[in-house]
This record gives sequence, C-alpha cells and structure tokens, in this order.
Amino acid sequence: MYALQTDVGDIEQLSQEDRERLALTGLEVGMQNRCGSFFQIDQDVIQTTCGAEGIEMIPIKAALEKYDWVKDYYWNAVSREKDKYTQYLAKQENPQGLVVIAHEGVKVEMPLQACLFLREEPVQHVHNIFIAREGSEINIISGCASSWQKEHGAHIGVTEIYVGKGAKVTSTMIHNWNPGISVFPRSATVVEEDGTFLSNYVCMQPVNRIEMYPTARLVGKNAVARFSSIVVATPGSTLDLGSRAILGAENASAELITRAITTGGKVISRGHILGEKDNTRGHIECKGLILKDGIVHAIPEIEGTLTGTELSHEAAVGKIARHEIEYLMARGLSEEEATATIIRGFLDVKISGLPAVLQEQIDAAIDKAESGF
Amino acid sequence: MLDISDLHVSVDGTEKLHDINLHIGQGETHILMGPNGSGKSTLLKAIMGFGGYTITSGSIVFKGTDITGMPVHERAHLGIGMMFQHPPAISGLKLEKLLAATSHLGEDAIEALAQTVNMEHFLARDTNVGFSGGEIKRSEVLQLKVQQPDFLMLDEPESGVDLENMSLMGKEIAGLLEKDVHIVNRRRSGLIITHTGYILDYLEADQGHVLIDGRIRCHGNPREILRVVKEKGYGECMRCKQM
Repeated sequence: MYALQTDVGDIEQLSQEDRERLALTGLEVGMQNRCGSFFQIDQDVIQTTCGAEGIEMIPIKAALEKYDWVKDYYWNAVSREKDKYTQYLAKQENPQGLVVIAHEGVKVEMPLQACLFLREEPVQHVHNIFIAREGSEINIISGCASSWQKEHGAHIGVTEIYVGKGAKVTSTMIHNWNPGISVFPRSATVVEEDGTFLSNYVCMQPVNRIEMYPTARLVGKNAVARFSSIVVATPGSTLDLGSRAILGAENASAELITRAITTGGKVISRGHILGEKDNTRGHIECKGLILKDGIVHAIPEIEGTLTGTELSHEAAVGKIARHEIEYLMARGLSEEEATATIIRGFLDVKISGLPAVLQEQIDAAIDKAESGF
Repeated sequence: MLDISDLHVSVDGTEKLHDINLHIGQGETHILMGPNGSGKSTLLKAIMGFGGYTITSGSIVFKGTDITGMPVHERAHLGIGMMFQHPPAISGLKLEKLLAATSHLGEDAIEALAQTVNMEHFLARDTNVGFSGGEIKRSEVLQLKVQQPDFLMLDEPESGVDLENMSLMGKEIAGLLEKDVHIVNRRRSGLIITHTGYILDYLEADQGHVLIDGRIRCHGNPREILRVVKEKGYGECMRCKQM
C-alpha cells in the first residue's frame, strides 16, 4: 500500500455541481468499487491511494525518484518532439500525473481511478504512465472533467501505456468538459507478446475541441488491441478523434470501433491499421448518426504490406431510419421512446471483457446524454 | 371492430388506393388477396398509420374511434397490431428489451412465451439482426403474443417459412385470433394478406377480398376466392363487377 497524500477533505470541499460532474466521469469519492485512486485538481495532486496488493499508484515525480527503471518508460512510447503539446509538456519543470505499476502476475478486477479536474488554471498538464508487467491485469478508469463554472481552458495530457507479456490493461476514459475547453491528449501504448489492450472512450458532453489519435504498437506475437469510442458532438463541439494500431508482430490483431453522433457539432473519426507481419488481422468499424445537421466525417485507413495480413473496414453515416422508428411505434412506443431506444441501441458497443462496473459507468454517461437528445 | 369508408391513399403524390370500403366485425378474420403491387401492404400500412401513406379522403374507424389522423403508437395502444413482412433489423436492441418495453410482462412470462415459438435463445440477440426467414416470422409472432392486439394485421405470414415453421406459425396465429374460443365469445379480429392461402390450412376465415390496382374488386367466401384465383388467375377477378 502506498499513500503519498490522502486528503479526501479537499474533494469534499468541491461544490455539489462539480461533484456530480466528477461522478459522471466515473470518480467514486468514497472509493466504493475502486481499489485505488489518484486525484489531480489543476496542477495539484490531492489524493493518491491504493489498497491493492502488488499495484502501485504514485505521482510521476515520486515514481521517477523511487524506481530508477521508470525513466525507461518516461517519454518512450510517446516522443517528446511529437508536436507542440508534447514539447510544452516536456519542458515543464514540475511534471504532474500518475504512474501505475502492476507488478508481475498481479490481477485486480476492481478498477483504479484517475481523476483529472480542471478548476481554475488556464492549462492543466498531466503525464501518466501505466505499466502492466508480465502476466498482470488491471482496469483503469480515467475521468477528466472541468468545473461547471470554468469557461475557458485547456487540458494537455500524455499517457504512455506498457502492456507486458501476457498482461492485460483495460483503460476506460470518460470526458466531461465545458463548451470553452480544449483538450489535447497524446497517448501511445506498446503491447508485448500475448498482451491485450482494451481502450474505451466516452465523450458525450459539450466541449470546444478535442484532438487525439492514440496509437497502439503491437510488438509481440498474439498481441491484441481494441479501441472503442462512443462520442456525441453537440453544437459548437469539434471532436477530431482517431486511433491507430500497428500490427508489428505475427498473429497480432486489432479492432477500432466508433459510434459517433452529431446533434450539430463536428466529428472526425479517423482510424488507421497497419498490417506489417504475417497472420495479422485488423478491422475498423465506424458508424455515424446525424440527429441534427452537423458533420460526421469518417476516415478509415487500412494499410497492408504483405500477403499474410487481412484488414477490413466498414463505415456508415446517416440518420435514423424512419421505418425503424415506425416499427417500434407499431409495438406501442411513442416516437420519442422509439427514437431513444434506437439511439441507445446504436451506442451499444459490446465491449468484451469489460468489468460490469466499467460498463455501468459507460451506461450512466450514455443515459445522462440521452436525456438531451 | 374496423370500418373503412371511401378511403383514398396516396404515396409520393400518386393515389395507390381508391375508394376502399371494408368492414371487419368483432371476432372475424378476413383474407386479402391480389397480385403483386395491387396495394395490399399499402392498405395495412395506412391502417397502421405509417408516414408516407397519405389519406386524401375517407376514414378509418376502429372500435368506434376515428383513427384516421392518429399517431401509430396510439393505434397500437387502442389494440391494432401488425406482423411485418420485412421488419427492420435493429442493432443494439435486444429482443427481450423490446418485448419488455412493449408490455408489462415480467422476465419469466416473456421467457415462457418465447419458448412457445422456440425463440428463447434469441431473447438476448439484437432484434431481427441475422435472423433467418423463419426466425423473423417467429420473432414477429412472439412480439404480437406479448402485445396482445385485438385486431391483427398479418402481411404474408407464409413468405419465407419452411413447412415445419409454417405449422407452428399457423397454430400460433390461430391462437392469436382466438380461434380456440367459441365464435360467440371471440373478440379478436384479423386481416391477413396471403398469396398462397396456406394459412387457411390452419384457421378459418370469414371473408375474402381481392384487391387489384388499388381497388377492392370482389368480396366473398375466402376458400372460393382462393379456388378461383388458383384456377383462373386474377384476370377472372378483373372481370368481376361486384364492388
């Protein structure tokens, strides 16, 4: 057990509105159903606690001091020089963020939570590193939100994830920003032999701009990556999202799944799978629903470099089919109920291997957004 | 139960049904026949109230209420149910969820009803997604068994169904129409579109109608109409002056 600082009092001082916003991103202030918690408000880490044996959650500065080898994972999957945001982060003298270490063979189903809350400062920057060593399994729920009264600001985050041999990392990220906030996550994952990386992303509330394109490099045989994204672009929101998988070892496979809805905003859904080794498989699926005039722009790319790779994609963008609504109305549902039922079905991405508590969190975010359709 | 008077229906600005008059009493089952494109499905969809089927004149009265301009779901609440020939597949909507949303039945009751039509293994699947022809029909029958409408419209219940499924379907549809209830006490009514008449192997119908080019050309004994159509084709009905 590692507890650098635990000051739940600070969390409890948050306004009721802010606590509700945080709850929607998956933060359990009372730690029910959580085995560890990290909470950063602006640039201050106010809570780091972990009760799971064999799992460590440590603020990044402390982690770099505690373990010499952590530096090998620092700016490794993500390059410092990638773009102006990573450069900005790299020159910070006082890096903030979280390092999670799951030691060899440790398997914990109860999620760890990492909460990043933008309250007063113009820019929040954070650098997270998740390391799952050989044979370990962890679930991380990252909730990122801004205070209900925060009008403008930016969140810049680098997340580097290392999935060791036979390890499994499930990372579920729920965003809950404000119309004036811009968000620039820069993430990359390296998956070794027999490792599995599941990434789930949910963003259904207004935001100014989100721009991210996480990459998973599958460097070991039989490595698996699956990205699932559920997003809603409200008027004024631009969501430039994507995910990339590089099938760099034999028998590696990846799936990129997106459900995007616009109620007036813009969604760019990118996807890229590169198959460069034998017996690799990849599939991109992007479905877009236009509820009110807006933009859903799907850009799936599949790239194979040898005969032993099999890649496919399917993309569809459109409105709800009238005959589907009327079918449900003929069974007695009102037009509103029928529409909501179909949207709910549209968003129902089956994420295999997802713990029930994470699925519930995703469902709660969908339910909350649904009332606004 | 259902009274249709002088009904004219247009689709995309073109009149598809002309001057339809149809009266279906409580407990009665009627058969609707006619060549492809004659307007049979159009009539069912207009009765259900689907968008795109514009009633330009005439009226539809159900159980004494004029439903001509009523929204689809209110018609369903009044007791009209429909078995679709080509229902849409709805991804993400589990059949059991749909059944629960359209009734007050509990899980166990729904499960028990599903078993009667061999659909218990489909409850956790997305509605109609990847279902075979027979499975789609059984899914439709199950939805109607849950919904329990007083007036049942069936659009070609035989199409795409193999013999074994046809027997099950026939018996279930007869059950939905309370054919096991004495004629005096029978409350439910039905209107069935059929091309083959196979459904008549499983239930008795009270009246038959032939629709050609959007007009009802004749009414009569359903078996007799079926026999004439089988022997002489719809050309005979074209010559029929009875309106």
